[in-house]
Amino acid sequence: MDRNRLQHQVACMRRSLFDQGYLDEPFIQLEELQDDANPNFVQEIVTLFYTNSARLIQNIEHALNSRPIDFNKLDDHMHQFKGSSSSIGAKKVTNECTVFRDYCSAENAEGCSRSFQQVKQEYAILRRKLEVYLQMVRQAAVSQTA
Amino acid sequence: MGLKLKQSYHHSVTVKVNEQMGTKRGYTFIQANRAWLPKFLLLWVMVMAFLSTWIYKKMDADNKVRRKEVLSSMCDQRARMLQDQFSVSVNHVHALAILVSTFHYYKDPSAIDQETFAEYTARTAFERPLLSGVAYAERVKHSEREKFERQHGWTIKTMKREPSPIRDEYAPVIFSQETVSYIESLDMMSGEEDQENILRARATGKAVLTSPFRLLGSHHLGVVLTFPVYKSKLPPKPTVEERIEATAGYLGGAFDVESLVENLLGQLAGNQAILVNVYDVTNSSDHLIMYGHQNQDGDLALLHESKLDFGDPFRKHQMICRYHQKAPTSWTALTTAFLFFVICLLVGYILYGAAIHIVKVEDDFHGMQELMVRAEAADVAKSQFLATVSHEIRTPMNGILGMLALLLDTDLSSTQRDYAQTAQVCGKALITLINEVLDRAKIEAGKLELETVPFDLRSILDDVLSLFSEKSRNKGLELAVFVSDKVPEMVMGDPGRFRQIITNLVGNSVKFTERGHIFVKVHVAENPKPIDDAKAESCLDGGSDEAALISGGRQFNTLSGYEAADERNSWDSFQLLVTAEALQNDASEKMTVADEASRSVTLMVSVEDTGIGIPLIAQDRVFTPFMQADSSTSRNYGGTGIGLSITKCLVELMGGHISFISRPQVGSTFSFTTVFGRLKKASRSDMKKSNAEDLPSGFRGLKAIVVDGKPVRAAVTRYHLKRLGMLVEIANNVKIAASACGKNGSSCGSKIQPDIVLVEKDSWLSGEYSCLSLRMLDRKQNGDLFKLPNMILLATNITNAELEKAKAAGFADTTIMKPLRASMVAACLQQVLETGKSQPGKGMPNGSSVLGSLLCGKRILVVDDNMVNRRVAAGALKKFGAAVECAASGKAALKLLQLPHSFDACFMDIQMPEMDGFEATRRIRMLESQANEEMNGDTEKGSGRKDEWHLPILAMTADVIHATYDECLKCGMDGYVSKPFEEENLYQAVAKFFKTKPISDS
Repeated sequence: MDRNRLQHQVACMRRSLFDQGYLDEPFIQLEELQDDANPNFVQEIVTLFYTNSARLIQNIEHALNSRPIDFNKLDDHMHQFKGSSSSIGAKKVTNECTVFRDYCSAENAEGCSRSFQQVKQEYAILRRKLEVYLQMVRQAAVSQTA
Repeated sequence: MGLKLKQSYHHSVTVKVNEQMGTKRGYTFIQANRAWLPKFLLLWVMVMAFLSTWIYKKMDADNKVRRKEVLSSMCDQRARMLQDQFSVSVNHVHALAILVSTFHYYKDPSAIDQETFAEYTARTAFERPLLSGVAYAERVKHSEREKFERQHGWTIKTMKREPSPIRDEYAPVIFSQETVSYIESLDMMSGEEDQENILRARATGKAVLTSPFRLLGSHHLGVVLTFPVYKSKLPPKPTVEERIEATAGYLGGAFDVESLVENLLGQLAGNQAILVNVYDVTNSSDHLIMYGHQNQDGDLALLHESKLDFGDPFRKHQMICRYHQKAPTSWTALTTAFLFFVICLLVGYILYGAAIHIVKVEDDFHGMQELMVRAEAADVAKSQFLATVSHEIRTPMNGILGMLALLLDTDLSSTQRDYAQTAQVCGKALITLINEVLDRAKIEAGKLELETVPFDLRSILDDVLSLFSEKSRNKGLELAVFVSDKVPEMVMGDPGRFRQIITNLVGNSVKFTERGHIFVKVHVAENPKPIDDAKAESCLDGGSDEAALISGGRQFNTLSGYEAADERNSWDSFQLLVTAEALQNDASEKMTVADEASRSVTLMVSVEDTGIGIPLIAQDRVFTPFMQADSSTSRNYGGTGIGLSITKCLVELMGGHISFISRPQVGSTFSFTTVFGRLKKASRSDMKKSNAEDLPSGFRGLKAIVVDGKPVRAAVTRYHLKRLGMLVEIANNVKIAASACGKNGSSCGSKIQPDIVLVEKDSWLSGEYSCLSLRMLDRKQNGDLFKLPNMILLATNITNAELEKAKAAGFADTTIMKPLRASMVAACLQQVLETGKSQPGKGMPNGSSVLGSLLCGKRILVVDDNMVNRRVAAGALKKFGAAVECAASGKAALKLLQLPHSFDACFMDIQMPEMDGFEATRRIRMLESQANEEMNGDTEKGSGRKDEWHLPILAMTADVIHATYDECLKCGMDGYVSKPFEEENLYQAVAKFFKTKPISDS
């Protein structure tokens, strides 16, 4: 019973992540890539994403604070960030990244920093939700094997 | 009116100009001053009134001047005449005076007595018309009075006929004209006027006049003229005293001015019109009237004075003329002015009316424009609303369908499953409907954009056919597609929309057709002339043929033998078309060159069915949305009626035109043209690899005989086999096929030795088959080493019993079921030939297992600077069994790819810092070409690898826009995959490198 409930919870949570638009297609593909040969693939990728993003966010912050702002550099960083976001299917983050890059190409410093706050916010939310979700997935997996 | 017309014309011109200029609104002058219009009118009327008054005044003044001139001329004329007459009379009196002095005084005794004088004067009276009479008075001094009275025998009397009182001197009349004989013996000195006259006359020696007075006897106003008569001759310059002394007497005459002037005026014309007064104005303060009435009526406003000179410098006379009547009102002037005013008033009113009309029309026009804009806005808003709403509905609907699909995967009781399935079917139908509405709305809102990507038309047609194959097979319909050889393999266009059009038309046909066939035909409409000619010919020929066919109750030369609505698809024209194309193809390489040159190709697609057709009444509203032929149609067949209108829109978007020919109970043929771009030659070969449906090449060069009684159907079969690279002969029936086989068999080294014989079920069932099979069996028994051709049955539907029978007759196990599709035919042939040839065909690649087999064991390099992406890509490729290595930058990749290396492929991210994907690829290609050159030098030594170095490099990119793709090709990449990997996409990209190899290697 407990196991079923856990699995149900996981399914609900996953559903809600998709329904609320935090995640989309590529995440499913990630999940599909996870198999016996590669049991922790999703976890691994997501962790990679965290470390990568943390670095990139730092870079972007640095670039935003430097004067004059090097928009090309900013755009490069954001391109990377957007790339990895879209790879794991972080839809909302990706969208915010697009906004940021629009501002970037318009060389609008104020818009950039504003949308960067949005990016960070979305990223934080996603990270929190994903952590909870993956935690639950692990629990469910443990209970399954037990 | 002319003015008005001109005005309105002008107006329309301005409107046009406004439209041309595209300005929002051009207010004309009239429109801008509309509030002023009545004031303008009033002003106009006032100005015109003023003007006409002025005209009247001017004309009236002219009249008056003329009148005055007439008056003065008349007056002057009268005065001159009077003066002339007067002076003539005066002269005559003067002459008389001289006569008296001459004959009375110088003669002694006197030669004149009263008698002589009276007679002479009476006889010369005509000379003095103005004088009533003349008389001569002698100067008698008082001292001589008695002597004088004695001499004449009478006493001197005064004017009152009394004996004269004593005076200094007397002037008694001694001679007188008979008319005035009553004054004889009267003393002229006794009358005051006469005395004054006499005194003045003898002093001056000239004629003098009295002021007017009432004459004795006649009581008419008159003046008396007096001349002095001197006794002796006067010295040359006599003094007054000398004159007085020399005076002997006085000659006097009375002018009866009144009657005389009357007479004179009576002789002149126009005397009625004017009134003449003659005055003595010697005393300037008191004018004495000589003629005329003192107080008269007549026109007092206008008078003319003329001076009269009667020869007496002492007296001054004057003539004053007046008009009898006041100046008459000048009707001409009045009428002219009035008419002018009226005309101006009318003109003003017409202008005003025109202006008002213009204003009104313009107002209406603007109103209409506004309404139109609003209507258009409403229409767009409606479409947008529809688009939005449809989209909004679609999202939850997808959720519902997804959930239903999930639900169906769970454990359900059969009832529940049934319910769920029904719900799913309904949901799908609803989604289709919504999609259609969305399409329609999108088209109306102008939001639909067409793609331009290369695609293979034939495989799309095959796909559509496969969609309907199940339905058509159930209904027993022939469903076939034929694409002319001239249609390029790959075209540029929107495959999705093209598929939608075809699906729609074929779907309709399938829906409404119960028997017969549905035939999709595509040919090039680029040089329509020969085809048209062919059509025309066939129509002429076909007309009589058709009649014969109908009368004979025979079958028609169409795909299934049923009559079709449009005869253009009948065999006659079809054959002409095909042969014409064949001829053209054979004839000229030039043609193809010319074709290459043109950038686009126009295709003519027709979908022919033998269904219920469209009722004649409904034919003109077939393309109107939501209109089906009639309401019963939707009851019987379902559907919304929106499909054809969307189809029409799509066709028009593609630059084409759709039309149809339909005959109720016979069928309908929908034809449309569409314009596709041609592929550039350079990119064509690459394109072929990536997008063409992979038809196996294993059948190239095989020979086949198609046995089919119906030429159209045979042509379709041949078309599909040709696509597989086979050489095809058509035999009308089994006998011919058999004889062909036989002949070739016996002559052994012949050109056409069929590997396969495809027999249409109809032809087989007609009973001749036994003959063929017998002959073939005979040959087998005879030990002829001739390899028997494989016999395959073609059928739309087949029963088990028939199948058994066919097998018994020597056919292969596999029956090719229609509708034919190249890939399907290929698969079937593969199956049939498998026994004969050991080579395994490619089958129908699909799914991840194939992908797995493709990639298994391959070494693949993934180049991406983003570690997440790198990891994901690696994971995905690993899943398919590839051995993956990663490089974090272009440079790292270059290092790994130093020749020789053992990678089979490389996936390259495009946007990377330092060295991007394009640059990295370029360098790799450079390395390779260097190595290849060196290798070419070493070929004789026999190097390890046969092939040249060419590592397949695929771009990984998130944006799949065309420009990027071109760029990829330009720098030497082989293709691209979109970034979150999709299995299908990945497969397509990878397949072309790894698939062909085993074949070419083996």
